[in-house]
Amino acid sequence: MDISQLQALQPYLWTLPKTAHEERAEVLLYGSQPLLKSMDEKVLEQITNVATLPGIVGAAMAMPDAHWGYGFPIGGVAAFDAEQNGVISAGGVGFDISCGIRCLRSNLNLADAAPLLQQLADRLFETIPAGVGVEGTLQFTPQQLDQVLAYGAHWAVKQGYGDTADLEFIEENGCVAGAQPYNVSTLAKQRQQGEMGTLGSGNHYLEVQVVEHIYDQATAQAFGLHQGQLLVSIHCGSRGLGHQIGTEYLMMFVKAANQLGIHLPERELACAPIQSPAGQQYIGAMQAATNCALANRQILTHLARETFGEIYPHAVLETLFDVSHNTCKKETHEFHGQTRTLYVHRKGATRAFGPGHPQLPARYQTTGQPIIIGGSMGTGSYILAGMENNPAFASCSHGAGRAISRNQALKKWQGKELIKELKQQGILIRTRSMRGAAEEAPGAYKDVDIVATDTEKAGLARRVAFLKPKVCIKG
Amino acid sequence: MTPPSIHPMSPDKVIDYFEHDADVGIVGRGATLEQAFENAARAMFAIITNIDAVVPKTVITVEFEETDPELALVIWLNHILGTARQHGMVFNHFQLRRTHNHWLGELHGEPWRDNLERGTEVKGATLTMLSVQSTKGIWEARCVVDV
Repeated sequence: MDISQLQALQPYLWTLPKTAHEERAEVLLYGSQPLLKSMDEKVLEQITNVATLPGIVGAAMAMPDAHWGYGFPIGGVAAFDAEQNGVISAGGVGFDISCGIRCLRSNLNLADAAPLLQQLADRLFETIPAGVGVEGTLQFTPQQLDQVLAYGAHWAVKQGYGDTADLEFIEENGCVAGAQPYNVSTLAKQRQQGEMGTLGSGNHYLEVQVVEHIYDQATAQAFGLHQGQLLVSIHCGSRGLGHQIGTEYLMMFVKAANQLGIHLPERELACAPIQSPAGQQYIGAMQAATNCALANRQILTHLARETFGEIYPHAVLETLFDVSHNTCKKETHEFHGQTRTLYVHRKGATRAFGPGHPQLPARYQTTGQPIIIGGSMGTGSYILAGMENNPAFASCSHGAGRAISRNQALKKWQGKELIKELKQQGILIRTRSMRGAAEEAPGAYKDVDIVATDTEKAGLARRVAFLKPKVCIKG
Repeated sequence: MTPPSIHPMSPDKVIDYFEHDADVGIVGRGATLEQAFENAARAMFAIITNIDAVVPKTVITVEFEETDPELALVIWLNHILGTARQHGMVFNHFQLRRTHNHWLGELHGEPWRDNLERGTEVKGATLTMLSVQSTKGIWEARCVVDV
């Protein structure tokens, strides 16, 4: 990105000054100068477009991991006020609605578990449905699927997938209110019939990780983390159902834009006033997709526990936290001294509630919520904690972000060779797709260390622990 | 009716790709808009598997209504993905007919089997870099697909 047009407000905060007749909200970008320089130009163009949407409150913001997305940049955050004709944007939520990461802490240490890691990798590859064309073991009638969409992880736990103790550590306790399964099309539901309890492909994964470094001992202790401990992270979302919902409503909003009096600088920014019938219909469908994603990660959690139990009979996997990074949530925020109810869009951005937030479980009241920044399969991931006075409507980065395209990655790496190299580094990859492995090469991603460091230095969240992958199940 | 003659176009150019940071841009070209859509579908499935190895032994029809050709491309590709997922199938040959706003497509393929290459799942077609246009008698349909 050409940063000559930006003005530094602080060492890790930048703004794009407005031209004389430009009518838009402020644009803010978080990150160090080198990180911003490494971002593509589209990030600035897209986040500036977001700043023109009706009813936006404060600024349109790009997190340190921002990259080119759909309408909104990935890593884009924007809040809207329904009372001021604010909008809901399907592109601002993203197509994979409520895609996120469930992190489980185990009672195992790498030193004890290492002799059986290969066996664990092989067995997880058999039990976790992953990859294109791979169906889950569950098949749903339309009526059953409606229950999933209405009740989320609660439905899954009721069916025996997991434990009620999990629910406390999932955002919204595992079920968002206001889901309207009848706002979800038949085609979207058909796409999901065989996809519950599946990981998908692309950048989705189930990883067994070891806590390699701790930055904040006290918070790590509160999170139940210690050096050498094994964790499991599950990254996936609402699968085909979410995508179908996103596309259908986006096209509905595109067609209705003129009628709604909304000027669209880019079609994928299509949106509707929150209080309009179209906006409310989308919110009901989006909440249903969110519940679908929460149920999906709950089922995968159960499958992971069963598999760990086979290999390590005394293994216990507890939910550390489940956090989504493609969402729009109705939240209360203090803004310029006023308490405002806002619809906060986080497209490829993670919610980051600080200490004392009423929606956090008691365990995290003094620390702030756990935040997970997922890296590549060869580098690692970070656990961070929410901070007081987060300036971005309690939001922060969600991942490393791609550095080069999938096509470029395919030209640069061979899947088989890459898997061999990673094995030599002590990382076991299991995948059905050599193409997918090459596309997801660690070198295709930005440096997750820089993203996590910049996130901390920008005051968005603070680092707690660094996790190194040991086993990665990829689609 | 005899289809319009196609300008000389090498077979490797009827399906093509363009760059996108996180996902993949697909291109389908042809002598007619319908052919361009058919080849866009082939370009999409070539991300999912080796389409040359797929046996087109089963045919499934899809239909939809749409006035805007660009939105029709997105609907067409998403219908195919939905149908593939619903039936556990993979497709490599497509035929599309348009009568005014009505689009009727035939998807030819087979159920997934173990020895078909597993590429990358395409979650859906998007409106990013979406365009459908004709230049010098060649139709081109393009968009970014989310993987």
